[in-house]
Amino acid sequence: MSTAFPRVLIVGASSGIGATLALKLAGTGAKVAAVARRQAELDALAAQSSGRVLPYAGDVLDYAATPALFDRVLDDLGGLDLFIYNAGVMPAVEESEYNFDKDRQMIEVNFLAAVQWSNLAAAHFEAARAGVLCGVSSVAGERGRRGSPVYTASKAGLTAYFEAMRNRLTRYGVRVVTIKPGPVQTPMTEGLKLPLMIPADRAADEIISALEGGATEAFVPAIWRPIMFVVRNVPSFVFTKTNI
Amino acid sequence: MPPRPLAQSPRKVFDGFGFCQRSVSAFVQPRTVEDVAAVLSRASEEGIRLGMRGSGRSYGDAALNGGGLILDMRHMGRVLSWDAQRGVIEAEPGLTIRELWTRTLADGWWPPVVSGTAWPTLGGCVAMNIHGKNHFRMGGISDHVLELDLITPGGEHVTLSPTRDPELFFGVLGGFGMLGVVTRIKLQLKRVYSGRLKVQQFHTPTLQSQLERFEQHTQDSDYLVSWVDCITSGAGLGRAQIHRATYLHDGEDPDGVAMLDPARQDLPGHIMGVPKSVVPKLLKLFSFNLGMQAVNLVKYAASVVGSTKPYLQGHAAFHFLLDYVPEFRQSYAPGGFIQYQPFVPKEVALPVLTELLRRTQRAGIVSYLGVLKRYRPDRVLLPHALDGYSLAMDFPVTATNKADLWRLCGELSDVVTEAGGRFYPAKDSVLRPQDVQRAWGQDRLSRFAALRRRADPRGVLRTEWAERVGLDVFDR
Repeated sequence: MSTAFPRVLIVGASSGIGATLALKLAGTGAKVAAVARRQAELDALAAQSSGRVLPYAGDVLDYAATPALFDRVLDDLGGLDLFIYNAGVMPAVEESEYNFDKDRQMIEVNFLAAVQWSNLAAAHFEAARAGVLCGVSSVAGERGRRGSPVYTASKAGLTAYFEAMRNRLTRYGVRVVTIKPGPVQTPMTEGLKLPLMIPADRAADEIISALEGGATEAFVPAIWRPIMFVVRNVPSFVFTKTNI
Repeated sequence: MPPRPLAQSPRKVFDGFGFCQRSVSAFVQPRTVEDVAAVLSRASEEGIRLGMRGSGRSYGDAALNGGGLILDMRHMGRVLSWDAQRGVIEAEPGLTIRELWTRTLADGWWPPVVSGTAWPTLGGCVAMNIHGKNHFRMGGISDHVLELDLITPGGEHVTLSPTRDPELFFGVLGGFGMLGVVTRIKLQLKRVYSGRLKVQQFHTPTLQSQLERFEQHTQDSDYLVSWVDCITSGAGLGRAQIHRATYLHDGEDPDGVAMLDPARQDLPGHIMGVPKSVVPKLLKLFSFNLGMQAVNLVKYAASVVGSTKPYLQGHAAFHFLLDYVPEFRQSYAPGGFIQYQPFVPKEVALPVLTELLRRTQRAGIVSYLGVLKRYRPDRVLLPHALDGYSLAMDFPVTATNKADLWRLCGELSDVVTEAGGRFYPAKDSVLRPQDVQRAWGQDRLSRFAALRRRADPRGVLRTEWAERVGLDVFDR
């Protein structure tokens, strides 16, 4: 089977969108290195994919270990064609809760660790003058929202970082793709009532289609693009009165 | 808190000046001798391999160390002492040639040897034993180094000179950073009485006449260099424009002293009426074989009709041709370029250089820019210079010509080594282990290997160039 991306690295791959992406890409014939904290889930992916998903247990917040882990993956895969940063957390934050512990975790997992991993991949791709660097951000990054101030800030930061990477790397033949999913049924959104929710399976299909189709920014599903166009342009004095 | 392991240092994409070779390395930027010593000792403990880098002006992979650690020396560039009476400077290795002469020229001293660009650091100059357009008179920069301080990965701190441990001294000079980190360089500069040189240009219609003019002028010139048209074949093969220059004696130039002001050494803002910033874009339009043939033709024609009357030119303007056009290399974007610079003995220069030019033309891979210079034998352990000539040829690298270009260079290297020729690591992107072994010979390489075993017993120092040409293999 021919694949557009023979060697793939997905960070945040033990469940949800990441795990589905890993299995689907492995199904196209790719060798997929999957990084996540939970060894058992990774092993299950490896088994399900007949060994095409290679498990790498690691914590994205173990910053000291990350460079060596990245190098090991590259050695094992014999190079890299596609990098996807998909790790993300969204702990429940109550009305009037100002919780630095949760805030810090979101900034670190959703943004800071994304920068560390993506920097490593970006340098590799820049030197190789090839590759696709993909970050799974969120529609939540388009506006700061009262219900999830730091989650939206972490995703806004990630979106801006990936835009900057695109502006830096396009000239070197590296494609940088920002994925902005709306709500997706995953362990992260379990029990939440969110609009236009789609299954992880469909989200993964749309992401792969964007990656293979040459996109640089994709709303998942596409209906979020016009919605977010409107939301982005709602004046602040109106936005402060909404419950979005 | 213990220091972070070197392997976790920030990373960066480094390239060679020809930007067709690139790699990712972790890097550290030492600021003091103590920093250097600490990094060397930790690299040895942590088993990480380390290569030095200055301004990154080596064309190929001599300052690359993909997957390892780069010791970026640019932040150790202080002048430690300057004796304006004797013209002796002591400096750290990160000082650039430009910073050197801007400090000394007003006192009437110019570096005795400079490269075609003012940006290399002194550490890089020493490691590569750089030459200028005056090697036939002044030798390499190694001929003017009075003393060096060296820290080896083995932990030695030594001061070297032509009389203090000469084997190691002449191994370090031109030893492409494989024997330790130079932390202090004491250099003898050349007295000048004017900020200008007396320059004369003339053309030679054939390679033979070019070499004859060089031999004729080695006695009465301080600098000799020629631009060679590498594209024209047949009767005009190797035709050239020669520039010769001489220093001005005390009082010979009425404005000489005023011109010693570094501010008067600015490079011109225009080249043949074209603003410098536009030149790379303009050259890019001609960056194909026929286009460059036209450029070479125009340049040669200009030298034919041009005056041969001597004129005065500032030192910087005469020497730093490569700096005239900032980012001139962008005219070779996106694939970059390599420079292939063989050195051949004077006795066989005519047939060998003729053969090299013919082979490039037959292969359809022609050099867009050729530069011929004259050399004398060199004292360092691994010299590139010999009593003869070098022809530096710039070749564009493209996705389609790369394999053929490397194959062609391999064939050229066979011709060069067969004729007793040599090569220059700072310019190289293509040499194979057998080229290096034939160029330097068993005896020199064995002596160098012995020095490496002494200075770097655990094999900490590494560059992609050293690995490519098989120095590690040779050590065993």
